[in-house]
Amino acid sequence: MWLNQYLVLAAILFSIGVYGVLARRNAVLVLMSIEIILNSVNINLVAFGAFNDTVTGEVFALFVIAIAAAEVGIGLAIVLLIYRNRRSIDLNEADLMRG
Amino acid sequence: MTHSGVLAEVDWNIARNVFFYLFATIQVIAAIKVVTVKNIVHAALYLVVVLAGVAAQFILLGAEFVATTQILVYIGAVVVLFLFGIMLTRANLGADADLDQDNRVPALLTGLLLAGVLVATLLRTFEDIEFPTETRSTTARVSDSIFSQYIVPFEAVSVLLLAALIGAIVVARKE
Repeated sequence: MWLNQYLVLAAILFSIGVYGVLARRNAVLVLMSIEIILNSVNINLVAFGAFNDTVTGEVFALFVIAIAAAEVGIGLAIVLLIYRNRRSIDLNEADLMRG
Repeated sequence: MTHSGVLAEVDWNIARNVFFYLFATIQVIAAIKVVTVKNIVHAALYLVVVLAGVAAQFILLGAEFVATTQILVYIGAVVVLFLFGIMLTRANLGADADLDQDNRVPALLTGLLLAGVLVATLLRTFEDIEFPTETRSTTARVSDSIFSQYIVPFEAVSVLLLAALIGAIVVARKE
């Protein structure tokens, strides 16, 4: 079993998540793609932790999970606010900062 | 090492590889479904498959505490939060052609290029470094580590979660 198996899996999931962030226009779906990205990073952290026989990777993965939970809460609250003000969560229509 | 011990180790390695590739295939297919499917509720349910697959990989790596946390926090809480978000924004629950941007091709190129560069670099850097064959339970060491070495970040994260909770309520409540 190679270390690379996990690293390549994480890289592929990361790229799929990046595609999702770029290609989706619904804000909730963009948040879901960000979750895929965060999870691929967690696979890397835990794999390197197991490889070096330390628990630091696992501890960092736990912190990332906690931060991701906070991020989803705030993100969905912002999406709800955008929906309430503009009746749409299409990211192309949230262009108030355009000059 | 006895003969049966060697055999058991080989069996364990084969089993780990078989399950790794099984879960990895399911995960990649489900992740592609999450970013391409036309129905937003189906995307959330495919996300469950991806997250459960990540938990399975954690168990294969001997990180059962992180795997349990992954299932509790992600599948138990985050996905439910996503479903609430979908309901509250009154998204079209059936198929919806309007979920994707018009610039899908550049996005696909970016994703493929990123995947190619990352995979090529990883394969060159970590060519065929083997994993240690034994994995042992690490939960006791994780808890020791969190409550001694990482106690300050741990407390900071709990304050951050409280702040995020209050912030989410303040942002989302009606006037």
